[in-house]
Amino acid sequence: MSELIQINPQGVTGKKYWRSLDAMEQNPEFTRWVEREFQENASEMLESGSRRNLLKLMAASFGLAGATACRRPVEPILPHAKGVETLIHGKPVHYATAVTTGGAATGLIVQCHDGRPTKVEGNPRHPYSLGATNAHAQATVLGLYDPDRAKQVHKGTSRTTWDEFYGWAMKAFSPEQAGDGSGIRVLAERSSSPSLEAVRGEFAKKFPGAQWVEYDSVSFDNARAGAEMAFGQALEAHYQFDKADVVVALDADFLGLDAVSVLPVKQFSKKRRVDTPESGMNRLYAAEANFTLTGAMADHRVRVRASEVGALAMALAKELNVSGGELKVLGNPGGKSEKFVSAVAKDLLAQRGRSVVVAGPRQPAAVHALVALINQALGNTGETVVYTRPVVSNPSDSLARVKQLADDLKSGKVKTVVVLGGNPVYTLPADLGFGEALTKAESVVALTADENETWQAAGWRLPEAHVFEAWGDGRALNGLASVQQPLIAPLYEGKSALEVAAALARGERVSGHDVVKSYWTSQWGGEAAKRWQKALYDGFVEGTEFPVAPAAAQAPAVLAKVQEGLKAAADGWEVVFYASASAWDGRYANNAWMQEAPDPMTKLVWDNAALISPASATELGVQDGDYLTIKVNGREVKAPAMVQPGHADKSVSLSLGYGRTACGRVCKDVGHSVEPLRTVAGFQIAAGADVKKGSGSYQLVTTQEHHSMENRPIVLEAALAEYREHPDHFKHMVHSPPRVSMYQGFDYSQGYQWGMAIDLTSCIGCNACVVACQSENNIPVVGKDQVRRGREMHWIRMDRYYTGSEEDPQVVTQPMACQQCENAPCESVCPVAATVHSAEGLNDMAYNRCVGTRYCANNCPYKVRRFNFLEYHKGIEESTKMVFNPDVTVRMRGVMEKCNYCVQRIQEKKIEAKAQGRRTLADGEVKSACEQACPAEAIAFGNINDPESRVSKLKKQQRDYELLEELNTRPRTTYLAKLRNPNPELA
Amino acid sequence: MELNPPLVTGGMTYADVTEKVAAITEQAPPKQWYVALGISMLLAGVLFASLGYLVTTGIGVWGNNSPVGWGWDITNFVWWIGIGHAGTLISAILFLFRQRWRTSINRAAEAMTLFAVACAGIYPLFHTGRPWRAAYWLFPMPNEALNMWQNFRSPLMWDVFAVSTYATVSALFWYVGLIPDLATLRDRAKTRIRQVIFGVMSFGWRGGARQWRHYELAYLLLAGLSTPLVLSVHSIVSFDFATSVIPGWHTTIFPPYFVAGAIFSGFAMVVTLMVTARYVYNLQNLITIKHLENMCKVMLATGMMVGFAYGTEFFIAWYSANPYERYAFVNRAFGPYWWAYWSMILCNVISPQFFWFKRFRTSIPVMFVLSIFINIGMWFERFVIIATSLHRDFLPSSWGYFSPTIIDISTFVGTMGLFMTLFLLFLRFLPAIAISEVKGVLHQQINEQKGVAH
Repeated sequence: MSELIQINPQGVTGKKYWRSLDAMEQNPEFTRWVEREFQENASEMLESGSRRNLLKLMAASFGLAGATACRRPVEPILPHAKGVETLIHGKPVHYATAVTTGGAATGLIVQCHDGRPTKVEGNPRHPYSLGATNAHAQATVLGLYDPDRAKQVHKGTSRTTWDEFYGWAMKAFSPEQAGDGSGIRVLAERSSSPSLEAVRGEFAKKFPGAQWVEYDSVSFDNARAGAEMAFGQALEAHYQFDKADVVVALDADFLGLDAVSVLPVKQFSKKRRVDTPESGMNRLYAAEANFTLTGAMADHRVRVRASEVGALAMALAKELNVSGGELKVLGNPGGKSEKFVSAVAKDLLAQRGRSVVVAGPRQPAAVHALVALINQALGNTGETVVYTRPVVSNPSDSLARVKQLADDLKSGKVKTVVVLGGNPVYTLPADLGFGEALTKAESVVALTADENETWQAAGWRLPEAHVFEAWGDGRALNGLASVQQPLIAPLYEGKSALEVAAALARGERVSGHDVVKSYWTSQWGGEAAKRWQKALYDGFVEGTEFPVAPAAAQAPAVLAKVQEGLKAAADGWEVVFYASASAWDGRYANNAWMQEAPDPMTKLVWDNAALISPASATELGVQDGDYLTIKVNGREVKAPAMVQPGHADKSVSLSLGYGRTACGRVCKDVGHSVEPLRTVAGFQIAAGADVKKGSGSYQLVTTQEHHSMENRPIVLEAALAEYREHPDHFKHMVHSPPRVSMYQGFDYSQGYQWGMAIDLTSCIGCNACVVACQSENNIPVVGKDQVRRGREMHWIRMDRYYTGSEEDPQVVTQPMACQQCENAPCESVCPVAATVHSAEGLNDMAYNRCVGTRYCANNCPYKVRRFNFLEYHKGIEESTKMVFNPDVTVRMRGVMEKCNYCVQRIQEKKIEAKAQGRRTLADGEVKSACEQACPAEAIAFGNINDPESRVSKLKKQQRDYELLEELNTRPRTTYLAKLRNPNPELA
Repeated sequence: MELNPPLVTGGMTYADVTEKVAAITEQAPPKQWYVALGISMLLAGVLFASLGYLVTTGIGVWGNNSPVGWGWDITNFVWWIGIGHAGTLISAILFLFRQRWRTSINRAAEAMTLFAVACAGIYPLFHTGRPWRAAYWLFPMPNEALNMWQNFRSPLMWDVFAVSTYATVSALFWYVGLIPDLATLRDRAKTRIRQVIFGVMSFGWRGGARQWRHYELAYLLLAGLSTPLVLSVHSIVSFDFATSVIPGWHTTIFPPYFVAGAIFSGFAMVVTLMVTARYVYNLQNLITIKHLENMCKVMLATGMMVGFAYGTEFFIAWYSANPYERYAFVNRAFGPYWWAYWSMILCNVISPQFFWFKRFRTSIPVMFVLSIFINIGMWFERFVIIATSLHRDFLPSSWGYFSPTIIDISTFVGTMGLFMTLFLLFLRFLPAIAISEVKGVLHQQINEQKGVAH
């Protein structure tokens, strides 16, 4: 104490500071006061210590020592000693980066709050994102904070360090020990990273005998193999849906899971936008076994077994007279398909050069080759279909390569296996017995994201850095490269595949940043620094797109090969494997947002199921949840059946990625593994299956239990022709009494009036908005049991209704969130005014006023209010807390919540505008999270007081309607009726 | 057949009446009382345990969900409030209409009202899962922090006032009625403790003419004050539903329909309880078959009203041509909750029809069984209105199903335990039959008999 306020210490020069006149004068009394240990009124023990006094003091000291334990621990708040550039506390920063799916990169913009990534958006400048994202990209950020990630380096089950590993690896991967590397195999995930390719080159130079295999469980190899069959080289086909007036999808869910980016949806919906009744609209035909999002959007859909799609394509080729010669027709597509094929052919011929025929990745190469021929015959090639060289290496034979790898392992040729990412033990074809084969290798190194099956099988277990933690790069499908920029230092000890590969190739540890940067700067020469900055800023490297490859097929020769390759479908059951809309191939299995996102079509959560047609279910005598035993190629799995209306008969659709045996707490005991059925021969479609009713049943939980609209005017729908004839068609679909009020309404003519319009013609029902909303608004995940009880918390309910017959229904989707009613039934019944109207028309929630009577939810005719029945954020891991958006309250139990048009975004932009001295926000400046994510641009949000805003223009359309308008709730969210463009010939 | 059978039978004298009623509170209770109290307190314990679990864990321990935001909680609330109605009706309206047969049952019925309202009050308080927030929404307190009042447009706010007024007036009415009898107990008290307690409780009652004059005027005024409450409370409770937009709730018939239902269920509960008490305490001469028969008649009348309301609802649903309304009612009868609907019809519409026959009206076992049926039926009525309407409203995508959890059940059974505990304590410590009023009836009866004799 005395030191702290010592005044004028001897020998100190410079300015003298004084606190009082006493101090300045060096008054002796003051000096004594300063030096005195205890202040004036503190009692001091003056007499010498007696035993009694000592004991008293000791007792008091013990007591007081105990009392200090009652204090809160001291948490120092330290400012940045040095300001971080661009960082202002509480103000998010955005960085461009990229994420790779199926070997193709998509540009993202990630929002960072005080150094932690919180929200993923599409990169508006990146041509494969154009600002939109899919649900998986949205959920990536949760994966970063997954507490079950692989965190530390392990040797076997004991913890060790990277130093240990590298110490071993530098020896094991030295030319002295490994020789030419013929005992080394690397198994990596599909990658389009130019840096990794360069590293691979170095590795190959160092170990010419080693083999590097790339493999993805959700594989697009068949399409490239088909191009190889047609054009002699494996090419990547790019379908320009924005130029096509007729699209024919053959078992191709190009709007959903068969796309590696949102671009097809962006392009397709552009052609489906109806601004006036005169606007044109494309026409979509789909032939598929499972009911996919593409089938749901289709104007005409036929259900055919996946193994019969080839025959259908052949019939179409014949109808189009592709070869000019004789074509063998396989099987009999049946009456309905025959009519379909001839109508499609006529339509295609009428739109030569402006149509697209696309086959799905499950279809064999021959179908893809045939489709290439069809597109060529229609003059589409070069117009709506262009080809480039693929962005992945060894584009068409990964299955053969993994088979070779497994064989080499079994024969003992392989000493060392390095698995770089993925989970091959779980995803590789089961007949390869990869897990067992690995035991034959001397050492197995696995770099994995979580402690999965492959991690368990490895000797060296290395944690993989998350995509947001590591430097990297990748190419979009057309070759456009992006730098994958990290947003946060690795939370644990993770390193990227690129870093590990570079270390093994170069024999020294290198940082990912150096590998990527040196790769790119070496390409650029003089302007490198500037271009590097620009690439980081833009999120892509300009001018790296691949040129369009010339592609011309010799029809007769190719047809001969196709006819040879295509076999007539066998009778009996087929089994088709799909990527799961939630877990994908299992990599999102531990991602709670994805598990809870209901499957777009079945609305199933936290599970996969064996989807079968209603007729097949009757034949098997099963209902939803009853176990099926599915046997194919001598392998057998048990999976619960689920009836999917519109599914092809005698066909079972299984989605991958479930029933993991080694995984985190989210996916523990979730779903049924169908991977054991997958073999090299029956990798995508397995024919000759034996499907029987199994014993027992299983509880499947869906978020929607009723699938018919009960003839209610909920999703209004009409054919384009009908709409053209009667543009006011939809105005007459609902009859409501005159909506008069005794009260004078609030004057909303000034300032902002927020509103939303959702175009049901564009909406594909993909869930991107659902997950985006969850991410933006800190919406809790409640788990399977709570969903079963009807307590899911999503603010957007993606409604899906079937219309028509059970065998061949059509599907409409409708995102349903709070409608922000002007006469809100919820507001008047809340006893505590916790939900009130704002002057800008929002139906606001004051969470801290809510006492939880649930009266508002009961009185909501749209049932869009969500109640925290339990403390859903309880027990959440520290790491997962970092994913929360700090601008949004985390709600406790007993509180009602719902969509509020992302009011925090509105406020943020308003403050920003005010700071910039602007009085008004421009249209599109505030985007709700759902609007921003939507790849179909189906959602428009904005100021309806501004007649020029996008939302106002949409609301002016004749298709605009208020849901349940007869209740006079006057919702601010309105829907634009669904239009389809059916072929009159098929109607 | 006697047109006006005596209300006190067995040739009881004034002293007999006092002795009979007061002795219950003075002597050690019968064994059955201890058994009943033990069970009731156990169940009340279950209630507090359930509520404790609810408060610490959240409303999710019940079966409530989206779309069924209210399940057993509000069903039980309305049911208990309804039960209470008979008490006020018997005390107030029958008093004003000079229905002297009410005298032997009004005290217990009023006590039942209070206890039922106490049980009912638990639900709105606890159904939020965070009852500590309730003070803030229940009472219009001026506050600095929020600078706002409650939303007086909300029917839940109206409920707060309706129910609290009802509880207050009922308590006052009950207590005022008790004063002369408490004085009797004081005068008979043998121990100092009883003397002091009943001395304080009887407010210095001496039984003078002046006191009687004031007393009777006060009683009359309170009866007048209570009478509109009989109609208002359940009308306002019904507004919770009637003012909403939900098909099946949005109905103008609700206020009279709810009041009739409340009286119906209240009388059923009185019969259930009085038949039991009469048997246990040998009160056959005070609670005569005539009393019970009258109550059966009230049940028959109100049961018919309720049945008529069910029919009207269906008719209006059809007549309105509103597809949502039509669906809601068809769904009630033939949807997933068909069993609840038909249980309600069976219990509420079919079962009271037996009371057309005097043989059944005067048969204790029959009326006991039927009164329990009616209590069950009236519970189902509320369940049908609340859960069945909510589970399928406008958009089929949001439709769901409600199933109660074990905590739902334990909470409900627990409130019965609380109710029975309070009622048994009341029987044990307070005069369960209005001694002074019965004596008034007896006086008239004796005079009439004298008139016949002379």
